[in-house]
Amino acid sequence: MKKKRFSNLKERAIKVFFFTNSVFATLALVGIFFLLLFTAIPAFKEINMGEFFTSTRWNPTSPVKEGYGILSMVVSTFMVTIGALVIAIPIGIGVAAYLSDVAHWRVREIVKPIVEILAGIPSVVIGFLGIVLFGPIIAKIFGTSNGLNAVNGSLLLAIMALPTIISISEDSLNAVPKTYSEASLGLGANRWQTLIRVKLPASLSGIIAAVMLGMGRAIGETMTVMMVTGNAPAFPKGFLSSIRTMTATIAIELGEVPYYTTHYYALFAVGFVLFIITFFVNMISDVILHKYQEREQ
Amino acid sequence: MKKKIIETLGFFGLRVCLYIVFAFLLIFLYDIGSKGAGTLSWEFLSQAPRRGMTEGGIFPAIVGTFFVTIVTAILAVPMGMFAAIYLNEYAKQTKITRIIRLSIRNLSGVPSIVYGLFGVIVFVNILKFGTSILSAGLTLGLLTLPWTITSSEEALKTIPNSYREGALALGATKWQSIRTNVLPYAMPGMLTGTVLGLARAAGETAPIMFTGAAFFLPILPNSLDDQFMALPYHLYVMATQHHAISQVRPIAYGTALVLLLLVLGMNFSVALLRYKLRKIRKE
Repeated sequence: MKKKRFSNLKERAIKVFFFTNSVFATLALVGIFFLLLFTAIPAFKEINMGEFFTSTRWNPTSPVKEGYGILSMVVSTFMVTIGALVIAIPIGIGVAAYLSDVAHWRVREIVKPIVEILAGIPSVVIGFLGIVLFGPIIAKIFGTSNGLNAVNGSLLLAIMALPTIISISEDSLNAVPKTYSEASLGLGANRWQTLIRVKLPASLSGIIAAVMLGMGRAIGETMTVMMVTGNAPAFPKGFLSSIRTMTATIAIELGEVPYYTTHYYALFAVGFVLFIITFFVNMISDVILHKYQEREQ
Repeated sequence: MKKKIIETLGFFGLRVCLYIVFAFLLIFLYDIGSKGAGTLSWEFLSQAPRRGMTEGGIFPAIVGTFFVTIVTAILAVPMGMFAAIYLNEYAKQTKITRIIRLSIRNLSGVPSIVYGLFGVIVFVNILKFGTSILSAGLTLGLLTLPWTITSSEEALKTIPNSYREGALALGATKWQSIRTNVLPYAMPGMLTGTVLGLARAAGETAPIMFTGAAFFLPILPNSLDDQFMALPYHLYVMATQHHAISQVRPIAYGTALVLLLLVLGMNFSVALLRYKLRKIRKE
């Protein structure tokens, strides 16, 4: 009897131990949120909140008057992200459709791991390739002095977002019930019409979620954009101008800034804004994917 | 007839999309491979950088990446596995489990630079680990955690319920059934997912830039409190920060190749392992 009680206790202790470990993930997320928030707050003792969000002038080291406006970098971030999506969405959905509807299953078994390799390349290596490979080509095509601009960043981010978009879009295309396409084919439509008019619309929510996830990745990517976009801290004039994103600003300046200064706190404020943006983008894709899975079940 | 042409053209277009992706990958691998191979030598792998990093090798960076990945593994691997065991074996569909799952999914979408900021506040400043292997490793561990949890859980899910029920029916306790009938079969899958997560962490730059990676440090790290050189950060330095960029380009290519081989090598060995295991299970 005593032994039984002991083993019960042990079982309970084991369960609690595993539970504690899983709760840690929640604590980490909440911890990141609050620590960023509390480190960002002191920045607003000296910076006007309105200026922070609406001014385009970011110049924390100016001897005359420091500028702490993040609008330029927010616009820059969204510019490269949108550029990346314009490239990645058609190609990504194209590959996903090819894999789910055209390719033989053997081809699929080979292609999927190959696409995974692309996802495995470290971002710093992709950034390096952006400098040595794409930079000169872009400079030549557009006639700019160097190829370090938003176009380069968009191209690389598109390549980085592709594996995510492909794999999740393909999953959602495969999840469309067979009866849908059978009905369409039975009514005389060919496979292309079935794909475009039946399967794609039916899997649209999953594809949107895939795009949102790719977008979240592009917004938060640091090394690649920092290495290839030229990092001029001004309001972007166009895709051929040098830009500096939120992530790049943090990465460039955090190394040089003295701890516990307004500049230091301001960088954490930028990080907090970045966290909130990616959080909502991921949240939306999560909600869409979840709804979609529940409907399928 | 027109319908047929559109279909053929459409499918051709889809195939072109695939070729574009392949082309990118091939160009990437070819460029790094062909230009990096010339730099690669035993000296390059076994010596420290010399003469303002214009000569010599990348040995300290290899060692640094190795050490920091070990710290990452110590945090992320056991914790990820334990959390996965709870979520898949013990948890019922309650509000708390839903929140935990939601946090894990969201945590995996947090930008790596934000983990870097978190590392600076918590590990470098609050816990006073300073810029060190420990701080960088823990930051990367946190970044890897959602990945190891998710992949471990996937592995646990593949174990059929009959295994658990068999043990329970014979009078085993819950933990006994997990330990004897679930974990041994799920372990290979859990390990493969975990190694993939570690490979990703080994290639990360942004989180370690401010938590411990050093620009140039010819000596090897002695303890967890030391700064270290790391392959990805070294590549960043060689590609953009060095004062003689064009002169050190070969070194940058060589570093990129070593980093790529390391990360992809981890990926490949895991894929191979998974393939072999699947074969064994089928037999």
